[in-house]
Amino acid sequence: MTITKGEPAKPPSPTSRRSHVPGDGTPNAAAVEQARKSMLNDARPRNRTRIGADVVCEAILRQGADVFFSYPGGVILPLYDVLGDYPELRHILVRHEQGGAHAADGYARVTGRVGVCMGTSGPGATNLVTGIGTALLDSVPMVAITGNVPSALIGKDAFQEIDINGITLPMTKHNYLVRNADDLPRVIAEAFHIARTGRPGPVHIDITKDALQQETNAPHPTDEEVVAGLPGFRPNLDANGRQLKLAAAELARAKRPVILAGHGVLHAEAWDDLVAFAEKVQVPVAHTLLGVGVIDETHPLSYGYMGMHGWKHVNRAIQSADLLFAIGMRFDDRVTGNVRTYAPYARIVHVDIDPAEIGKNVAVEVPIVGDAGRVLRALTPMVEAVDPAVRADYFAELAEWRRDSEGSSWHGSGAWRDGLLSADYVVSRIGELTEHKATYVADVGQNQMWLARYAGFRQPNSHVSSGGLGTMGFSVPAAMGAALGRPDRETWAITGDGGFQMTFQELMTLTQDKIPVKIALFDNKKLGMIRQWQEIIYAGNYHSAHLLGPDYLKLAEAFGIPAFRATTPDEVDDAIRAAQAVDGPALIWFEIAEEQNVFPMMPAGKGLSDLIENWDGAAE
Amino acid sequence: MTANPNSNGQVPGGTGTGASPSAGAGAARTDPAGAAGPAHAAPPPRALPGGGETRRHTLIAIVLDKPGVLNRVSSLMRARNFNIDSLAVSRTDQPDVSRMTITLHGDDVAVEQAAKQLYRLIDVLKVQDVTSDSTIGQELALVKIRATESTRGEILKLVDLAKGRVLDVADESIVAEVTGPESDVDQFVALVRGYGIKELVRTGAVVMSRGSSSIEEAVKR
Repeated sequence: MTITKGEPAKPPSPTSRRSHVPGDGTPNAAAVEQARKSMLNDARPRNRTRIGADVVCEAILRQGADVFFSYPGGVILPLYDVLGDYPELRHILVRHEQGGAHAADGYARVTGRVGVCMGTSGPGATNLVTGIGTALLDSVPMVAITGNVPSALIGKDAFQEIDINGITLPMTKHNYLVRNADDLPRVIAEAFHIARTGRPGPVHIDITKDALQQETNAPHPTDEEVVAGLPGFRPNLDANGRQLKLAAAELARAKRPVILAGHGVLHAEAWDDLVAFAEKVQVPVAHTLLGVGVIDETHPLSYGYMGMHGWKHVNRAIQSADLLFAIGMRFDDRVTGNVRTYAPYARIVHVDIDPAEIGKNVAVEVPIVGDAGRVLRALTPMVEAVDPAVRADYFAELAEWRRDSEGSSWHGSGAWRDGLLSADYVVSRIGELTEHKATYVADVGQNQMWLARYAGFRQPNSHVSSGGLGTMGFSVPAAMGAALGRPDRETWAITGDGGFQMTFQELMTLTQDKIPVKIALFDNKKLGMIRQWQEIIYAGNYHSAHLLGPDYLKLAEAFGIPAFRATTPDEVDDAIRAAQAVDGPALIWFEIAEEQNVFPMMPAGKGLSDLIENWDGAAE
Repeated sequence: MTANPNSNGQVPGGTGTGASPSAGAGAARTDPAGAAGPAHAAPPPRALPGGGETRRHTLIAIVLDKPGVLNRVSSLMRARNFNIDSLAVSRTDQPDVSRMTITLHGDDVAVEQAAKQLYRLIDVLKVQDVTSDSTIGQELALVKIRATESTRGEILKLVDLAKGRVLDVADESIVAEVTGPESDVDQFVALVRGYGIKELVRTGAVVMSRGSSSIEEAVKR
């Protein structure tokens, strides 16, 4: 039909005079009407033939997930209607879908399995978005499932309808809209396969309400069928042998090599391979924020945390290196600072499973595409063992830089200016008293940097942090998932007062489901990192940095959570021990110094050699 | 001091020229033992990826014909800051496979990055940059040209010269079809612009390699 401007309005057709339903009498209009009715009236005899909702539960169980995080709503109710028939599938009723997504994320990061979260259509789905984005930027395997309005109503702006598929398209590894129950077994199996294979990431499945309700006999596909059905998804896991030879030659030539290890090594579960490789070639290992835990920090070849708030000695080693062997990391701007002045003497070998990461942020000499573990296992026999004596001068210098850098920090003292409680002291005590065996979940900001620098990590997958998206409010919900994923470990949520106030509704989930998360709340009554930037970069213009908070003891009590408070260094150990002694969740309110900064700091846009080590040259 | 590998102030073209707040506030820069560093004095600034000569590239993407695949491709190009000049999508001889011809401007590294990012899409089977290959590239345009009794004859002649076809003649207009390499179409459009173009639609270039090699056969399952 052509619509021409200025044409006189046609007289209404006889049909439209009889009815307000567009296209009345057509099969499409009948379907829309039927769907509307079903949206309004759900009461129907319980039908125990296998329906789409059953397929969802079966498929999740088949994929090895034993818990998922969700919040009900109109169109996902068919799933809740059958959930009782799957008692082995644990459902955690979160208090906000964002909390559910972060919990699935935390669960995935400590277990290496795919985390599962769900929500209803509309606001339920949009609330998941921040958590999905967090998982994307940190390459965390996640499957997010949302209900959607019945397929006949899609595109009609129905109640709680939003184009969630359009929203998640650029922020997932892949996404699906399912309108037919027969497609569900294949789609869910594909989603899990995509989420965990190659470079992991989130996959979103949007399922219409009628698809959840339809009867289906569709079988679950085999792994082979799943792979065959995804001809465009064939990640390269094994490296090109020629490239490995080039890498071995670079290592043989290098006098001042440094290994840069990231999250990819943890994803590949290749921490032992990394240590074996580093020991054979005698190369110190620096790690990224998400690479924390990739090597035991007490290992002689562990050199520490790099980047914007990394250790000065590590950045110094990178700036004077003649070879960077980067594996499972992506030269993020928080790692490199100004790329023009980054590692000016270094040739770079870059190993990553995602070819698009290589050459994206820095130009490299030897690109290697492959799984970190497979590359390390293939490369280690190809390199010549290096006698540590050869590197004696280099190691002596590194050791001196390290003494200098660690000696200049004040985290050992406990007290910052005027005897106020120093946050990094608290972090180091938590590390010590948990014997470095817990899972530590950071929020975002100063607390995140203090945790990565001072807790002392000995185990892989014991550090959880929103590095890429930098999502405040991440800590408590992510710790919830991490605690369920690794019940054999203590789980500590390290958070500031800003991030805590974003998502503390999940305290009730901790209580209701008896999830034993210990929360270390660092209260400086400030948005600390904002305040630090305003102090250093914005000439002390402290707008909105001051943050009012509640009485956290009363708050925790109201949620049924035992809480403790420490305001001086000598109260810290007792508070930590008291929280550990609680059978279940507990909270410690650490009232820390209000104006403590995280140093060193690389101002954005500057290079790794431009670290600000302290401010005013005093006190710190 | 000249052997200090970390002194950004000595890096030609480097941005850290000592005007950092750290310098002003008396904070120290990292200062490794110069003697232990490599011998040469001032390191050249690290080359950024790309930064090469910008030219027009043609990518061919073979994709699964799934709902939303065009949206995925265009969304990715937008989000990654690549600017598409033209995008032509069509079916292939395989029932569930489509072919996209994408032309874009950029240096070789940027376009390689675009191709790698496209590869990450689950529905993309193959991506090839055919810019430097021997190819045939054709485009089709329909042009509705303003025509009067006095200009009609000239316009018909121009269409004929461009090996185009006249598809419609009306009182005040002519619709001409021209096909050919993009530059030929450009040339024709420029020639008739003086008469007044009422409407113009172009398909965007479609490109195929010469010889017997086939990008589609390479992805057949």
